[in-house]
Amino acid sequence: MSDRTVDRVAEATPERVARKIRGLSDRAIAWIFISPTIFLLLAINIFPLIWTIQLSFTNYKANRIGREVKDVGLRNYERILTDSDTWLNMQATAHFLFWTIFFQVLIGFTLAWLINKKFKGNDLWTTIIVLPMMLSPAVVGNFWKFLYQPQIGLFNYIVSWFTGKDPSSFEMLGSVTLAPWAIVIVDTWMWTPFVMLICLAGLRSIPDYIYEAAEIDRASKLRQFFTITIPMVLPFLMLAVLFRGIENFKMFDLVVQLTGGGPGSVTELTSINLKREAFEKWRTGYASAYAIILFVTVFGLASIYVKALNKVKQR
Amino acid sequence: MTYTKLASASAIVLAATTLSTKANAEDLTLCWAAWDPANALVELSKEFEAESGHTMNFEFVPWPNFADRMLNELNSGGKLCDLLIGDSQWIGGGAENGHYVQLNDFFDAEGISMDDFAPATVYAYSTWPKGTPNYYALPAMGDANGWFYRKDWFENPEIQAAYKEATGQDLREPQSQKELLQIAQFFQGREIDGKTVYGAAIFTERGSEGITMGVTGALYPWGFKYENTPGSYDMEGAVNSPEAVEALEFYKEFYKTATPPGYTNSYMGESLDAFKSGQVAMAMNWFAFFPGLYADPNTGGDKIDFFVNPPQNQAGSTLGGQGISVVSYSDKQDAALEYIKWFAQPEVQAKWWELGGYSAHNSVLEDPGFVDSQPFAGDFLEAMAGVQDFWQEPAYAELLLAMQKRIHDYVVADQGTAQEALDLLIEDWTEVFEDEGKL
Repeated sequence: MSDRTVDRVAEATPERVARKIRGLSDRAIAWIFISPTIFLLLAINIFPLIWTIQLSFTNYKANRIGREVKDVGLRNYERILTDSDTWLNMQATAHFLFWTIFFQVLIGFTLAWLINKKFKGNDLWTTIIVLPMMLSPAVVGNFWKFLYQPQIGLFNYIVSWFTGKDPSSFEMLGSVTLAPWAIVIVDTWMWTPFVMLICLAGLRSIPDYIYEAAEIDRASKLRQFFTITIPMVLPFLMLAVLFRGIENFKMFDLVVQLTGGGPGSVTELTSINLKREAFEKWRTGYASAYAIILFVTVFGLASIYVKALNKVKQR
Repeated sequence: MTYTKLASASAIVLAATTLSTKANAEDLTLCWAAWDPANALVELSKEFEAESGHTMNFEFVPWPNFADRMLNELNSGGKLCDLLIGDSQWIGGGAENGHYVQLNDFFDAEGISMDDFAPATVYAYSTWPKGTPNYYALPAMGDANGWFYRKDWFENPEIQAAYKEATGQDLREPQSQKELLQIAQFFQGREIDGKTVYGAAIFTERGSEGITMGVTGALYPWGFKYENTPGSYDMEGAVNSPEAVEALEFYKEFYKTATPPGYTNSYMGESLDAFKSGQVAMAMNWFAFFPGLYADPNTGGDKIDFFVNPPQNQAGSTLGGQGISVVSYSDKQDAALEYIKWFAQPEVQAKWWELGGYSAHNSVLEDPGFVDSQPFAGDFLEAMAGVQDFWQEPAYAELLLAMQKRIHDYVVADQGTAQEALDLLIEDWTEVFEDEGKL
C-alpha cells in the first residue's frame, strides 16, 4: 500500500473509531484478530470432543431419537477394553502400521537416493514413480482387487511365473495369512512415492561442500553415507513416518475396497470397526468411548514421537 | 342444449378439472435400491403420473450402499423420500422410530385389505410388532433367495453320463441341500467347452448382509430357529442347535469345495457375473434378478433354468423383498398415499408382474395362468410358501453385523468351529437384547 493510500485510509477513518482503536493494547488487537479462529476451533474441534466424552458414558443411539438415554458410567470403556475383538483389531492396525511404514521408508529412501544421483531422465522417472500417489484410494482398491483375482489377476500370474504355482491356488484377499500382506503391498505401492519425495527434499538440502570436505578427509562413501547422509535426512524421514503413521492409523477406504475387513475380521482395522459401531450398528455411546480410547492412544504416541523428533532436529 | 353448447360446457369442465389437478400436483420422490425391478417400477409409474398429474422422481441407490444411505436419511429426518421401498428388516425400526406412517386408517378408508396379499409377505413386509394388524407398508416386491443353473450343461449327454458314473445318480435339479452340494462338487474344476468351470456361486460377502443371506439358505432347510418360543428371545438350543451346527458346517464345506476361487467376498453382483461369464454351473440369487437372467442373450433363454432353494429336513428359503412405506417426514404424504392406493389395484399389480416386478397380490399369484407366465413363476410361489426372515427388530443392524462377523470368521476365515461360531453369536445377540431391555 502506498503512503498516499495509507493517508487516505487514515483520513477516511471516523475520529470516533480511530480513537477507539488507538485506545486498544496490542494484546487486545491480537485477540480481536484471532478470536474468530478460536471460536471456529472451539465449535469444530473442542465442542465435539467434549460432547463425545460425555456421550461415551451413555447408552445413546443416534438412530433411536425417542429412546431414553441412560448414564452407564464406565461400562462402554470396560466392554471395549475387555473385548478380545478390540485387541485383535488393534493388532491388525499395528501390523498394518508397522509394515507399511517399514517398507515405505526403506523403499522410499532407496528410490530417493537413486533419483538424487544425476542421470539422464531422472525427472521423468520421478513423475512416473509419484503417479500412484495421485490416484484415489477407492480407485486403487478396486484396481488391485482385480489384480489379486485368482483367476484373471495379473498379480497371481506374476507370482506363479516365479514360483511355478497354479495362479488360482492362492487367494491374496481370501486367505487369512495373505490378506493383511495384500493390503500392505497396495499401501506401499501407493504411498512410497510420498516418502520418496520427502527424502528427496532432505537429500537435496544437504550442501555439496560437506561431501567435498569429507572427500578431502578421505572418508569412504559408506562412511559419508552413515555420518552425513543419514543424520541429515533423519528429521525428514521422521517427519515422513509421522505423516504416514497418522494417515495409516485412520486408514479406511483402501481396506474397505480391498477386503471389507475380511476374511473374517483379520483386516478389520480400528477405523473400520469404529465406523461399523458408530454408523452401521448405531451404538453411538459405545463408539464414542471407542473414539476416545483411540484418540488418547494416538495423542500419546504422537506426543512421544514429536518429542523425539524435536530432539533429533536439535542435534 | 345444442351440440356446440354441450361441447363448450364439456371443454370448460375438462379445463377446470385439469387446472384443479395441476394445482394439487406434487413432485413425489420414491427411494429404492438400484436394480432391475426399479427400472420396471419407473415404467409402471408412468401410468400413475398420467392418471394423477403428480410427477414421480426416483432415487435409486446401489445395493451395497442402500441401507447406509437410506437409514441415514431416515435417522436424520430427511425429506428426500416421500415413498420408500425399504428392506423387510427395517420395518421394526421404521415403526418404532417413527420413520414410517402407520397405514391402518388409510387402508380402512380406501378399502385396501391386507387379506388380498400373500400372508407371508404381509407378515414380513408390513407388520410391526410382528404378526399384529399394525401396518407400516404395503407389500410391494415379493422376493426370496433361489437358484438358477446351466440347463444346457445339465442336459448335455456326456456330462450326464459322467455324473452318473461319478455318483450313480441322474443329473437333475437338486432335490435336497446335500444333492445340491454333490452336483456343485461334480462341476467344480471340470472342463466344459475347453474352459475350467466351477460348482456354484454362493454369497460370502462380509460388509453388509451377504453371507448371512446366503448361510440362512442352508440354516432354514435344516430347521434353524432364532428363538425356542417366538417373542421370548430364548436363543440357547435354537440358534446353536445340532441341526444349525450341521447346516453351518455344510455351508462351509460348500464354500471350500464347490465355489470358484476368489469368491471370498461375493454377493448379488458377483453371483450374476460368475454365472453370466460361464464360470459356474449353478448360482444362488434373489428371484428379482431372474427376469433379467432369462433375457440374457448369452446364458439366458433355453440355456438357463431355475429351482427353489432345496429342502433338507424341511423346506425353507431366505426372504428378500420389500414393502412400500410413506415416510413420516414427507410434506407430500397425501400424494404419496395416492400412489400406494394406485399401486394396490389388482390391474396395476398384474402389470407390475408383467414388467418384471414381483407382485404379492393374491389376484396375480392365484391367477390360473400365473405358474406358466414365466419359467420361474412356479418356483417363486413355492419359495414364498416357505420363506423365513432375519430378525426384524429395531436393532436389526447390530444383530445382522454380529452374524456377518461370526459366520465369515468361521466359513471364510476358517476360525474356530461351527458350534463356537453359533455360541458366540448367541452371546452377541444376548448383549444386544439386554441393551434393548428385552432380556
